[in-house]
Amino acid sequence: MTTMQPPAAARPRPTGPPVRPIRGTRRSWTGWGFIGPFVLVFALVFLAPLAYSGYLSLFRTQLIGGTTFVGLDNYQQALQDGRFWEGVARVGLFLAVQVPIMLGLALLVALALDSGRLYGKDFFRIAVFLPYAVPAVVATLMWGFMYGTRFGLVGDINDAFGAKLPDPLSPDLLLASIGNIVTWEFIGYNMLIFYSALRVIPHSLYEAAEIDGAGQWRVISAIKLPAIRGALVIATIFSIIGSFQLFNEPSILQKLAPNVITTDYTPNYYTYSLSFSGQQHNYSATVAIVMGLLTMIVAYVVQLRGMRKGA
Amino acid sequence: MPKYTRRLLRGTGVVCVLALGATACGGSGDDNAPQKKVSSADLQAALKKGGTVTVWAWEPTLKQVVADFEQKYPKVDIKLVNAGTNKDQYKALQNAISAEKGVPDVAQIEYYALSQYALTKSVTDLAPYGADRLAGSYSTGPWNAVKSGDGIYGLPMDSGPMALFYNKKVFDKYKIPVPTTWDEYVDAARKLHKADPKTYITSDDGDAGLATSLLWQAGSHPYKVDGTKVGIDFTDAGAKKYTGTWQQLIDENLLAPVTAWSDDWYKGLGDGTIATLPAGAWLPANLASGVKGAAGDWRVAPLPQWSKGADASAENGGSSLALPELSTNKELAYAFVAYANSGAGVQTRIKNGAFPATTKDLESKAFQNTGFPYFGGQKANKVFAESAKNVPADWQYLPYQVYANSIFNDTVGKAYISGTKLSQGLDAWRDASVKYGSEQGFTVEK
Repeated sequence: MTTMQPPAAARPRPTGPPVRPIRGTRRSWTGWGFIGPFVLVFALVFLAPLAYSGYLSLFRTQLIGGTTFVGLDNYQQALQDGRFWEGVARVGLFLAVQVPIMLGLALLVALALDSGRLYGKDFFRIAVFLPYAVPAVVATLMWGFMYGTRFGLVGDINDAFGAKLPDPLSPDLLLASIGNIVTWEFIGYNMLIFYSALRVIPHSLYEAAEIDGAGQWRVISAIKLPAIRGALVIATIFSIIGSFQLFNEPSILQKLAPNVITTDYTPNYYTYSLSFSGQQHNYSATVAIVMGLLTMIVAYVVQLRGMRKGA
Repeated sequence: MPKYTRRLLRGTGVVCVLALGATACGGSGDDNAPQKKVSSADLQAALKKGGTVTVWAWEPTLKQVVADFEQKYPKVDIKLVNAGTNKDQYKALQNAISAEKGVPDVAQIEYYALSQYALTKSVTDLAPYGADRLAGSYSTGPWNAVKSGDGIYGLPMDSGPMALFYNKKVFDKYKIPVPTTWDEYVDAARKLHKADPKTYITSDDGDAGLATSLLWQAGSHPYKVDGTKVGIDFTDAGAKKYTGTWQQLIDENLLAPVTAWSDDWYKGLGDGTIATLPAGAWLPANLASGVKGAAGDWRVAPLPQWSKGADASAENGGSSLALPELSTNKELAYAFVAYANSGAGVQTRIKNGAFPATTKDLESKAFQNTGFPYFGGQKANKVFAESAKNVPADWQYLPYQVYANSIFNDTVGKAYISGTKLSQGLDAWRDASVKYGSEQGFTVEK
């Protein structure tokens, strides 16, 4: 997905050269020398692809008739494209349901680890984190096999116990099944973010709380959660971006449920199909840009809200 | 060398035979302009001079052909690259063509996909290279597929005349006769599934290739293509036959919801829960390698008919070797393609399990009398050769069939998993195809 935008809102703001009083030019060149390497790489891997996508999105290439400049026509088409918005609605639903569950579970695990009351803490931590080390493609293949109702795990359970488990790959359950895979993959990652944020809370706060007679729940709600608010917001933003960019899981499961996972199942999968099956690179770039803007807006709103409450 | 020369000479006619004839034929050795005639002497010269030819193909039997070819022409180096199977390769090829970089000299392109490349002039017209003289040597289905107007845009490599592959053990077990019409097929499906709820007559969860082939056999003409004018319609009598029958199979849950080529699919073919497959003549090699356990269980019968006593068939799959327009070494590339698809390479490939498109080989006694150990010694090629003869010649694919097939499951697929009817699904497919066609600059009638 070369046309996808990197998570703009999540990346630290680029630090441009500070506005300096006008003095000798030699000094300002020295500054450029320092940030030059960064600016160069930034321009090459971020600005240039973005600009190129923007440029592509202004044209239309047809099998018959070749390439023509169409201005903002592609954008107009994207805004009215039912297939695109259906995909957006689908990842929106995914975001609203899966992200809270995943972050809630991750937080629970992080708090449990941090409580110091767990035996085999190190093992537990690495065990929860391990799925993140499995490549998403492999994880999806593995889960896809387990989901199989004929020869997979679900099928075996059905056969062994005479049970009638619902088909995880049916139209009604597929999004939930993808949510399950993503949750499994990313709990450990988010747990680690939360856990490391919890570790840097000064111990003196806990001692003070103990002197005041606060219980564990009170410590969590009054000290731990407020202290890791920043980490919570960051994890939420990562998850929003991740949800909007959902691609690996549907594209792998597509082979198992070809009629459920349409070529426009998620916006990213749609851009992929447009570009690689339909040769509509221009329109694909447009959809990618619109989706990137949408992601930026949502992530930015969440960041603003999250940080404001924290202040 | 002499054998090959003789073959080429025979094909070429008389005039260009003599070495001196090169000028007389108006060809010139190092000119790559496609409009000019390229004589066999030019091809011979190119072979002698040698060079490198990159071939993108996934067809397994080509490997031996390449080895033989290189041995015969030591100066020629063929780089055989598997750039992915069908769709994946087309993506790579289309990207290479768009980028005008890394384009192979020869590419395997299936019949349904070829017209897209021909229309956009992304592949070379092979008629000036001598392909026009091969007209009579291929069976009609494949030949019509590589021809577009006066141009010939590839040489047929294999073909897929359809037949019904069935698991004899399963049919014997339940004492069900092998269906000869699609109505009988539906009956057999009911009986099988009733006798054992785990057994299905076939697996189908929406396959554009199968659907178009069955429409083809039913005498439907959903696509009418004339240059850049395109008509799409799934409501003719043939299409109604297909939807009427297949809808029953879907409604009564008689089709195993298993995707072709998946693990489940291979298992189902092996353990008898998928009892038949209507497919092209390329299937035997796949069965023999992928479903070893069921060797001896399977047999081949003519494709069931839409009306009793008919003998209509259709092509399912099959591919050609084409020369991308951006190929840098066309003469040598054509020499290789001719060797592989009309020369000595054909026999090599037949020996390794490929199904040819050349009529001479299809009709040869040796070919027809080959017993297939996998099919319990049955002489299956007789069934296939008969089928190849009965393929209606007037079928057309869309000039953007690759894309259309990619959205088949978006539209027609709904009929397999919801209350949508097959005919409604086909209408949705038509609408989506019409929309894409218009966006791509075709004149599409609705």
